[in-house]
Amino acid sequence: MFMILGYPAPLMFGQLLLGLINGAFYALLSLGLAVIFGMLNIVNFAHGALFMLGAFVAWGLLNFLGINYWAALILAPLVVGAFGVVLEKAFISRLYKLDHLYGLLLTFGLALVIEGLARNEFGSSGVPYPIPSILQGAANLGFMFMPIYRGWVVLASAIMCLITWLVIEKTSIGATLRAATENAPLVQAFGINVPRMITLTYAGGVALAAFAGVLAAPIYSVNPNMGANFIITVFAVVVIGGMGSILGSIVTGFGLGVIEGLTKVFYPQGSSVVIFVVMVIVLLVRPAGLFGKGA
Amino acid sequence: MLEVRGLNSWYGESHILHGVDFDVKEGEVVTLLGRNGAGKTTTMKSIMGLVPRREGSVTFKGAETIDLRSDLIARAGIALCPEERGIFASLSVTENLMLPPVIAPGGLDLATIYALFPNLKDRAGSQGTKLSGGEQQMLAIARILRTGAKLLLLDEPTEGLAPVIVQQIGRTIREIKKRGFTVLLVEQNFRFAATVADRHFVMEHGRVIDMIPNHDLAANMDKLHTYLGV
Ligand SMILES: Nc1ncnc2c1ncn2[C@@H]1O[C@H](COP(=O)(O)OP(=O)(O)OP(=O)(O)O)[C@@H](O)[C@H]1O
Ligand SMILES: [Mg+2]
Repeated sequence: MFMILGYPAPLMFGQLLLGLINGAFYALLSLGLAVIFGMLNIVNFAHGALFMLGAFVAWGLLNFLGINYWAALILAPLVVGAFGVVLEKAFISRLYKLDHLYGLLLTFGLALVIEGLARNEFGSSGVPYPIPSILQGAANLGFMFMPIYRGWVVLASAIMCLITWLVIEKTSIGATLRAATENAPLVQAFGINVPRMITLTYAGGVALAAFAGVLAAPIYSVNPNMGANFIITVFAVVVIGGMGSILGSIVTGFGLGVIEGLTKVFYPQGSSVVIFVVMVIVLLVRPAGLFGKGA
Repeated sequence: MLEVRGLNSWYGESHILHGVDFDVKEGEVVTLLGRNGAGKTTTMKSIMGLVPRREGSVTFKGAETIDLRSDLIARAGIALCPEERGIFASLSVTENLMLPPVIAPGGLDLATIYALFPNLKDRAGSQGTKLSGGEQQMLAIARILRTGAKLLLLDEPTEGLAPVIVQQIGRTIREIKKRGFTVLLVEQNFRFAATVADRHFVMEHGRVIDMIPNHDLAANMDKLHTYLGV
């Protein structure tokens, strides 16, 4: 059998792919967190719950309305984004004048409520969501067989990250967003409705989480814990990338997914903690994170 | 065009403005002079809705703005060039220039702006805060000339700049006055102020204590020296 560094190549590539898939979710989730943190200055602990909600909305659309996966990929983020508008207007916007800690506690509470309601309704084991038919099966890449759906997840996540990055870095809307992140009162004094922009930014960030949730639905069973399972690792990714850094969250998300996957090959016992080890090292060497600006 | 009556402002517990009264007529260039800490910047910010608490009356084109949010005041046609310039580090020069939305017709077009400030064209792609102090000041002024706002609040645009750049800013102010803009200018340097302004208001301890028309400035030099402590 073909070997790399003394390990069987298929094992290596298999774990690499798994790592990329996890990385795809880390990237999308930490990207949304970064966008929200930059503008609202709160750490959105409800992010995992809204990721889960995205998966459940996709499941509901399919089972109650017969709306397929492709439409859900657009509709579920819109639905969850609209829910985000309500959350921001009703709760989060009341906390901007207070310490960050209040935003963290509030969104943590929201996460518990949303996940609790889902558990109450669906139980802990969750519900299945089928892989759309054209993405079923596996492709022979020569060196390995790749389940097509998993390849699609990596691709879709990369495209969505790229689009988000382009919007923020290259468009005038993105320029306004960056400016408001730096100095919101001045941007408002130029005639821009900053409170509305903050609401829409929150909606956009959670819509990204919901998009990730729909991508995740056919891989993991759609269940109330799916967000909580991811979110702790995602927070580590955000810290490593640098709070609020857009590019940082994308690169770090994919990169750490791969590192985690490879650790499963070389030192399986370490795979569940490797990201946190990286986090500790990064915090010691560069407290602002790899891509963070200043302290 | 702008009438300020009994304007009071606070930062938290500190009561900074104690009944500021003055007015600016359409097409005028008017200065606020006064020592450090007199409340000139606070007056500008209060007009723009950028202080935590303000009372009294600020009418613009006859409409009361004292209870408006700053974005609505901007959309009524007032634009601020802040004392600290407010150039955004995460935006390029062009992005900084294009950031304020156009709120009315009648602003300068890009060609005119680049003719007034050629440096901005040469440095279009640079990071905003990589510009020199003088260039950043030009960018901060240029940015509000585009929007169509007819009343421009310029807070110490010449502060800390070389004489040649001060002259360029002086030319710019005379040019925009010719084009019908109205300017409220904060200045420490009344020699510069005298070259551009129609009237001067003198502030002290959060009040306007005197008004001197520009053509009476020479006759009032002694008084002015006392006010400004120079
Ligand atoms: N953000 C703030 N919080 C509390 N007090 C402030 C704040 N900004 C200004 N002040 C106080 O308000 C007073 C007036 O300040 P302001 O900046 O309006 O003065 P100024 O006339 O513009 O002075 P300068 O010529 O130095 O720019 C000062 O006593 C200052 O200490
Ligand atoms: Mg000042």
